[in-house]
Amino acid sequence: MLQFLVSRLITATVVVLGVMCLVFALIHLVPGDPVEVMLGESAQPADKEALREALGLNQPVHLQLLDYLARLVRLDLGTSIYSRRPILDILLERIPATIELGIAALWVATFLALPLGILAAMHRNTLLDFGAMGFALVGVSIPNFWMGPMLILVGALWLGWFPVSGREGFMSLVLPALTLGTAMAAILSRMIRSALLEVITEEFIRTARAKGLTEWRVIAHHGLRNALLPVITLLGLQLGALLGGAIITETVFSWPGIGLLVVEAIQRRDYPVVQATVLFISLSYVLVNLLTDLLYAWIDPRVRIQKGP
Amino acid sequence: MRMWAPLGLVLLWASMALLGFVVPLAPEHIDLSKILVPGGAEEWLGYDDLGRPILDRLIMGARTSFFVAFAVVGLSLCVGTMIGTFGAFMGGWVDHALVRIIDVFLAFPGILLAIALAGVMGPGIDNVVIALSAVGWVGYARLSRAQVLTVKERDHIHAAIAIGTKPLRIMVRHLIPLVSAPLIVEASFGIAGAVIAEAGLSFLGLGVQPPAASWGSMIREGTRYMLVAPHLVITPGVAIMAVVLAINLFGDWLRDWLDVKDQTRLG
Repeated sequence: MLQFLVSRLITATVVVLGVMCLVFALIHLVPGDPVEVMLGESAQPADKEALREALGLNQPVHLQLLDYLARLVRLDLGTSIYSRRPILDILLERIPATIELGIAALWVATFLALPLGILAAMHRNTLLDFGAMGFALVGVSIPNFWMGPMLILVGALWLGWFPVSGREGFMSLVLPALTLGTAMAAILSRMIRSALLEVITEEFIRTARAKGLTEWRVIAHHGLRNALLPVITLLGLQLGALLGGAIITETVFSWPGIGLLVVEAIQRRDYPVVQATVLFISLSYVLVNLLTDLLYAWIDPRVRIQKGP
Repeated sequence: MRMWAPLGLVLLWASMALLGFVVPLAPEHIDLSKILVPGGAEEWLGYDDLGRPILDRLIMGARTSFFVAFAVVGLSLCVGTMIGTFGAFMGGWVDHALVRIIDVFLAFPGILLAIALAGVMGPGIDNVVIALSAVGWVGYARLSRAQVLTVKERDHIHAAIAIGTKPLRIMVRHLIPLVSAPLIVEASFGIAGAVIAEAGLSFLGLGVQPPAASWGSMIREGTRYMLVAPHLVITPGVAIMAVVLAINLFGDWLRDWLDVKDQTRLG
């Protein structure tokens, strides 16, 4: 286990360094002079020089990179050009909203996907199966930025049950969570179905059936427990889709999380904020994947011995 | 049989994309007397907030999504396959370094890197293609690398090396044809992903710029008038959903037909 832990930690560190370098490179992809783009052409030369100095853009690139990494180590993410506040403060302000939305969406996804996946697997190749998987296919084909407005149209404008946008109370959470959750439910139900179908062919399921257990007990106690293991790891990977989807969902509903922050910062050409937010989202994604890997290895010892590709 | 309906829809999408070159359309013709008029017998899909015909704009949007999707998948497929095949074939530190680079790109969840790239490079359709390809090549590189690793020890590869065939020729003539089936399946799903991603970037205002039309920007513009004119949002959304659903169904069929294991979607 220790060997596995160390090797995974080394890989993760390399990835984190790579992510930092790539995020650093973002500002150099701005066409023309980034300072001029950020401040506008009419800005005072003194202001431009001050920003260039603050961002370290007047130094050679390799020194800039080292400086950037050194500042990251000290948790110094810089200052927002738009609001002139420390970016770390802005991020900390926005993170709870995204976590709230993410957890709510996960609930929606699990609540929808678990029964669908189980029913589809138990009644394989029947109308029920085709119906559930049809739902899943439609679910992955509906983009968030259309699902959101449609839910607003029905739930907020026609029925008037939920607020159109913003983050005030539980009711405002429902529509964004549904938008983000259904897309995930579609993928999740397919995973649960295929994982369960794989487990069902195992010997111990035959034993359980031979013991005379009810079909429900066989599935719930013997099938699902073993099927959920691979689903958990895949769920870690799906967090990426969740975070990516959150950017668009938060924009649709003006949900004040870090996804909306990226979009706002892009529109305001506040590139230090864009960099910091992208970095934060990616690093949390890397961290969660590392944790699911380790959790999985801890639960299933076979993983530790296997070498990755 | 099950391929005909999806294939028909994909062909409809393709012909819509090409139709704009043949039939005179007026997607940017403003008629202030027809603002937000819903569909009817005269103009099937109605008019948008500036009185522009939605059908014409839908057709122009089909062209945008069609060409962006094929450009992105074509570019990512070529670059990704070459890189992945090269890494697996060379082995050693080259392969090692490539795996690390792939890992770094995979550390950016979903569409985030594309949004950041498109946002920093500035809006425009060419930047959308660049941003989505910069993210897209990774999947094909990883897949082709994994596939090549399984076939590179075969006898005919050793034979080709033994008679002194150049590495590039071995890769293009002997390795890539062997591993093309899963790549083609992945690419077909990639088209669906690219359609959604292009529309998503355009929805965020990072894609095509007004007055040009994209299905994503049509939804973006329509959300402001949703209560009085929901057809502005419903129409392009249905178009996206239909095309993506059709491509996904077609990809499913293709995967079964080419007998590729279902490892590309979940992994």
